[in-house]
Amino acid sequence: MSMRTPLSKVRGLGSAKSGTEHFWHQRLTAIANIPLVIFLAWFCVSKVGADRAEMAEALANPLVALMLVFTIISITWHMRLGMQVVIEDYIHGEGSKLICLLGNTFFSLAVALTGLFAVLKISFGG
Amino acid sequence: MAKSPMKERPLSPHLSIYKPMLTMTMSIVHRITGMGLYFGMALFVWWLFSAAHSQSYFDFVQGFIGSWFGRLALFGFTWALVHHALGGMRHLLWDTGRGFDLVKIEWMARATIAGSVILTLLIWIAAYAAR
Repeated sequence: MSMRTPLSKVRGLGSAKSGTEHFWHQRLTAIANIPLVIFLAWFCVSKVGADRAEMAEALANPLVALMLVFTIISITWHMRLGMQVVIEDYIHGEGSKLICLLGNTFFSLAVALTGLFAVLKISFGG
Repeated sequence: MAKSPMKERPLSPHLSIYKPMLTMTMSIVHRITGMGLYFGMALFVWWLFSAAHSQSYFDFVQGFIGSWFGRLALFGFTWALVHHALGGMRHLLWDTGRGFDLVKIEWMARATIAGSVILTLLIWIAAYAAR
């Protein structure tokens, strides 16, 4: 015997209403990240120790700047989802869990926006 | 937030009761590389930000990242990227319901370790050759 209402069964969202979206976004960004991390690793290694003019020259290429924009968006979204799971697994206190989840969102957003701002600023001419 | 009436209930036994196995270690490494990359991305963005900020600040950050220690950390970062990506590809395969038999699981775990080292080295060689 099920205690769920017929409407709840039809909607099929479960009690949290959002698990499928988390799962799906994790996979979506995972697939996008496969080529993007190769680019990211290559970019970092090819520019480690470079001077500022070389960095500016690389980012002046719109393809490089766009790839960095894609990479930063996809990775920061993916890492926020991943860290959320880790927090939910290991932080058991309701209060500390809430604080960690808030911090996770702020941290991921800060990394994303700082990275995007920096890329666009350099790409648009320093 | 209202405090939910939680009772102290027994939790299922965790890592400590299992004999360590390769696949289990790979699962743990996947999580650890994920968390390392989480903070590594902050360093990456710090580096980009310094280039957007000023010459002097960029020289300071690039001096740190360009040092032997910085390059070693960058090698770790790129290896973690590749390892986590290959580990993630195994998960994507498992999502389709394939690759669960023990021989394949063991084989894929070994391929991930070897592949992560080889691919990382290839990326470093390609990036240094293109400089």
